[in-house]
Amino acid sequence: MFDLVSFIPRAVSQSIPLLYGCTGETITEKTGNLNLGIPGVMYVGAISGVIGAFFYEQSTGGQVTGFLAVLIPLLSCLLGSFLMGLLYCFLTVTLRANQNVTGLAMTTFGVGFGNFFGGSLIKLTGSEVPSIALSATSSYFSKSLPFAKNLGWVGSVFFSYGFLAYLAIVIALVAAYILRHTRTGLELRSVGESPATADAAGINITRYKYITTCIGCMIAGLGGLYYVMDYASGVWSNDAFGDRGWLAIALVIFTIWRPNIAVLASMLFGGLYILYLYIPTGMNLSVKELYKMLPYIVTIVVLVITSMRNKRENQPPASLGQNYFREDR
Amino acid sequence: MNEKKSTPLMHITKRKELPWYKTWTIRLAAILLAFVACAIVTMFLTGDNPVQVYSTMFYGAFGTPRKRWILGQEVAILLCVSLALTPAFRMRFWNLGGEGQILIGGLACAACMILLGDKIPNALLMLLMFVTSVAAGAIWAMIPALCKAKWGTNETLFTLMMNYVATQLVAYYIIIWEVPKGSGKIGIINQNTNAGWLPQVGPSKYFLNILIVAILTIIVYIYMTYSKQGYEIAVVGESENTARYVGIRVERVIVRTLIVSGALCGLAGFLLVAGTNHTITTTIANGRGFTAVMVAWLAKFNPLAMIFSSLLLVFFGQGASEISTVFGLNQSFGDILTGIVLFFIIGCEFFINYQLHFRKSAKKEGV
Repeated sequence: MFDLVSFIPRAVSQSIPLLYGCTGETITEKTGNLNLGIPGVMYVGAISGVIGAFFYEQSTGGQVTGFLAVLIPLLSCLLGSFLMGLLYCFLTVTLRANQNVTGLAMTTFGVGFGNFFGGSLIKLTGSEVPSIALSATSSYFSKSLPFAKNLGWVGSVFFSYGFLAYLAIVIALVAAYILRHTRTGLELRSVGESPATADAAGINITRYKYITTCIGCMIAGLGGLYYVMDYASGVWSNDAFGDRGWLAIALVIFTIWRPNIAVLASMLFGGLYILYLYIPTGMNLSVKELYKMLPYIVTIVVLVITSMRNKRENQPPASLGQNYFREDR
Repeated sequence: MNEKKSTPLMHITKRKELPWYKTWTIRLAAILLAFVACAIVTMFLTGDNPVQVYSTMFYGAFGTPRKRWILGQEVAILLCVSLALTPAFRMRFWNLGGEGQILIGGLACAACMILLGDKIPNALLMLLMFVTSVAAGAIWAMIPALCKAKWGTNETLFTLMMNYVATQLVAYYIIIWEVPKGSGKIGIINQNTNAGWLPQVGPSKYFLNILIVAILTIIVYIYMTYSKQGYEIAVVGESENTARYVGIRVERVIVRTLIVSGALCGLAGFLLVAGTNHTITTTIANGRGFTAVMVAWLAKFNPLAMIFSSLLLVFFGQGASEISTVFGLNQSFGDILTGIVLFFIIGCEFFINYQLHFRKSAKKEGV
């Protein structure tokens, strides 16, 4: 029997990093920056949070207070991913470097950065713990509402997650609202669709690109933080985050650049991601590997169909991947 | 009224093409700066002096004959993938699917070795391995190309997704063919008979790979620079409308170029499986599909310059892995250094393409 009550919470907790990554990448792409560095940014966000929490736990000797235990990793995560966003903007917006190459270089750097400090933090700081296990800090991140346990299946489906999960949904909805219903969102979209026109209308292209890309990276970084602090219970293991960053980029296409759709679509992706655990295949383990293909196949199908139908509101931002130089017009 | 005219501190203009020696001076300066930055980072983490750090890196890359052969082999494979991506990039088709095309080529090659090894003569097996891997790579690249040509589907994202489909396909077959059952890996294929292994030519088992790629470099250079097809690719890349106007069938050029691109990636997979590793894993491509994008771009898509850019990146990879061994650090150290070098080189392109004009001192102009 397909166990929905255990399936949905797992699918949702898989979906949260994807949702963060997707929201961040969507607002970045809406201003025409195709940031392929998101996988790296998410690693950096995660490890920055881990480093912050690690030093905090070391300095207090395990006597952590809830407020600081949440605040310190959160701030260091935001700072780490913000710096990555700033680097991307500096290279692509100010120096007008190729976006694909910059993004890939950032992914190489970010994944390396995460794995390096994840693997060497203990040696570098010379502390006497066997592995990075931030269970004290993590317990504050994964704390769910106190009455969730008393509500039966309703509790486990809707209320069993840490605060970062709800924050992801809030951020996605706010981003969707800003993009579609505010003046800022309109200007932001115009920068992505036709920067020359936006520039002529007096919109500061550089400022918009910098701000959205940096905020986008910070949101994406939170996805990494959620993964390591809540989902993985504060235990860092190298490469465990895997290809979720790329999946988040896939999700952006799947949701045709709409964060509000992403709330549900990320759960669908999260479900597809772990579906192989729930499908009875008996002894035949190999088929499970084929099920893991599903999110990617679905993305490809959506990508092809949207390009076939050629509806204008479902297309990528027109200047996606191109840098703007005023004198090029 | 206080009418203040504000002149920005500086403004940017596009440069005319610089003479080649100036562009290379700028690039060299960037690389040198990157070396300094890497040395500072390494010093900070290992507490050793920079001379020591770089001598360790040089030893890691060139220290022993074995290390030199491994370096050559790594450069050859990376160069092969970069060459494969070049025609597509010249056409402004962002083929980020190199990873998947290598994997699928390797998979086709391994399939022949496993299923047909010892059943047919070795020469025929080799031929079959070669043909199937090249064809598999070509097909993998052709699918996004067809969609791009027909409906204008975004190729960057499509090829990216194809990587993971290929990875899972390889994972599927690894479980089917795993030896011994339940181990989750295939192990060395045909270890006893060596059926389908590329023969050792010359001084090292890596020599044949290097030779093949060296020949390939020249072929790709000629193809891109002197052939009609190479010219068509360049025209489509510069302006699709111009290409249509002069009667080039753009759709056909896109598909044809991607077949070439995918086929060469498949060839890289063939070299990896038949020539070097004699096995297949999901990580056999090892990020080369992505690294090659940067190699090709650093060399401005010039096949001969790619020899140097791939050497540079492989040197950092190998050197950094030596540092991590010596100082007991994590292997990912190489990725950090590679990233830093790339940031510097990416950034320096700005100074090649653009010129900064600073505001002239306002007093002189008499305000």
